Parts: sequence; structure tokens; C-alpha cells
Amino acid sequence: MTTPSTVRLQREPFDAAAEAAALSRGRSDIGAVVTFTGICRGDEAGAPIAALTLEHYPGMAEAEIERHVAEAVERWPLKGVTVIHRHGRIAPGEDIVLVVTASVHRQAAFAAAEFLMDYLKTRAPFWKQVEQAGAKSWVEAKAADDTAAERWTTPKQAAE
Amino acid sequence: MKLRYFAWVRERVGKPEEELELPAGVATVGQLMTWLAGRGEEYAHAFENPKVIRAAIDRSHVTAQAPIGTASEIAFFPPMTGG
Repeated sequence: MTTPSTVRLQREPFDAAAEAAALSRGRSDIGAVVTFTGICRGDEAGAPIAALTLEHYPGMAEAEIERHVAEAVERWPLKGVTVIHRHGRIAPGEDIVLVVTASVHRQAAFAAAEFLMDYLKTRAPFWKQVEQAGAKSWVEAKAADDTAAERWTTPKQAAE
Repeated sequence: MKLRYFAWVRERVGKPEEELELPAGVATVGQLMTWLAGRGEEYAHAFENPKVIRAAIDRSHVTAQAPIGTASEIAFFPPMTGG
């Protein structure tokens, strides 16, 4: 059976609760839904920020996320996946990214959501620019994010 | 060949994309970066540290060693910071 999956890139805000509910509505085979929302913080490196601007590579961003969703579906017994990533100007407190995973049991849903987020951070072509005190600067990639993504490349058993 | 630039690579080069004829000796993505760095001050600045720059051929990640082959679009950008 194919796993229903949705990947969307958009400027507009999304409704995380509605997206999570939509994934399991009308189904009785799903026992676990994990929802991760990444939110724009009001500070960067200890200083307040006015906003983030997310640049992306149209075409490649969708393709790259879809590749990772397909890999997640192959590795874990998922019943549904939704990934939404915003681009453009985002103010502190607004949502940036949403990952929802559904499965029979929680282990697969948790693991797949974490896998997808780790890969979104290091492989999906998005770049964050910070507006701070009238100046703009690009956010630097964190080595910790690479380390987090690398742990998924060691061969491991799919969650039971 | 269509070249695309993103984030600070785009800012330094001064344009989001361009069409360029590549010389015969440019066979890999790394060689392309070296060639671009010699095209002027703004390119030299953008590609001054090619080790930190990531590349994609036809919208898939590649390494600097990747052959350009029959690619129609090559993109250069900094390490990604989405999510």
C-alpha cells in the first residue's frame, strides 16, 4: 500500500493542528501521530531579531524533501507523512516548518519525524537570513546539525 | 549552461543566475568553481573558499569531484540552514 504523503512549500502560515488532524481523519489503522513544528525564535546568538527571511531553491527544495519522505517511508512503517516548509519573511513567534508522521505505533512516528527534521536542516536547499538591528546576516550552518543527520546513515534496523 | 546562485553566493556574484559557455577544460564542478573564481572580483570573492560551497547538478546534491557531463543547470550555495 502506498503511504499518503504531502510536501508543500509556501509563504503563508500553516495550521499545524489541522494538518495533523487531516492525516488521521476517517482512519482507524493509525495509532500514533507525531507533530514537529519549528518556530522562529526572537533572538539569535543572544541578540533580538526583527525577522528571518528564508531563501530556497525552487524545484530542488521540493524534490529533495520528497526524496527524504520516500526514504522515511521505506525505512519505517508509516501510514502518512506531511511536510510543510515556509519561505520568505517570517516574524518571531511564527511557524517555519512542520513535519507530521503517522504510524501504527509511536516508535516509527517519532523516529521518522526526527529523521526528516535532521535531513531538512542539512540537505534541503533553504537558507536563513537574520534581520537584526537594521543589519542582515546569513545564519551559519551548525556542525551539530550535520552530526545529527549523519547518525541516520549508519545501517540500522527499521523500528518494529 | 545555466548557473544559479543562492544566499551569500548569489549576493557576492551579484546575480541569481546566468547562462555561460564553459571552456573545454572545465570537466568537474570543482574545476568550474576555479574557472568562475577567475572571472572577476565578485566571483573571486564568492568562490574564495570553494571547500565551504555546496553544489547541485540538475537539482541534486553533488560533490566538487562530480563530472559536469550533460548537466543543464548547476547551482552553487552555502551549507543549508533550513528547518
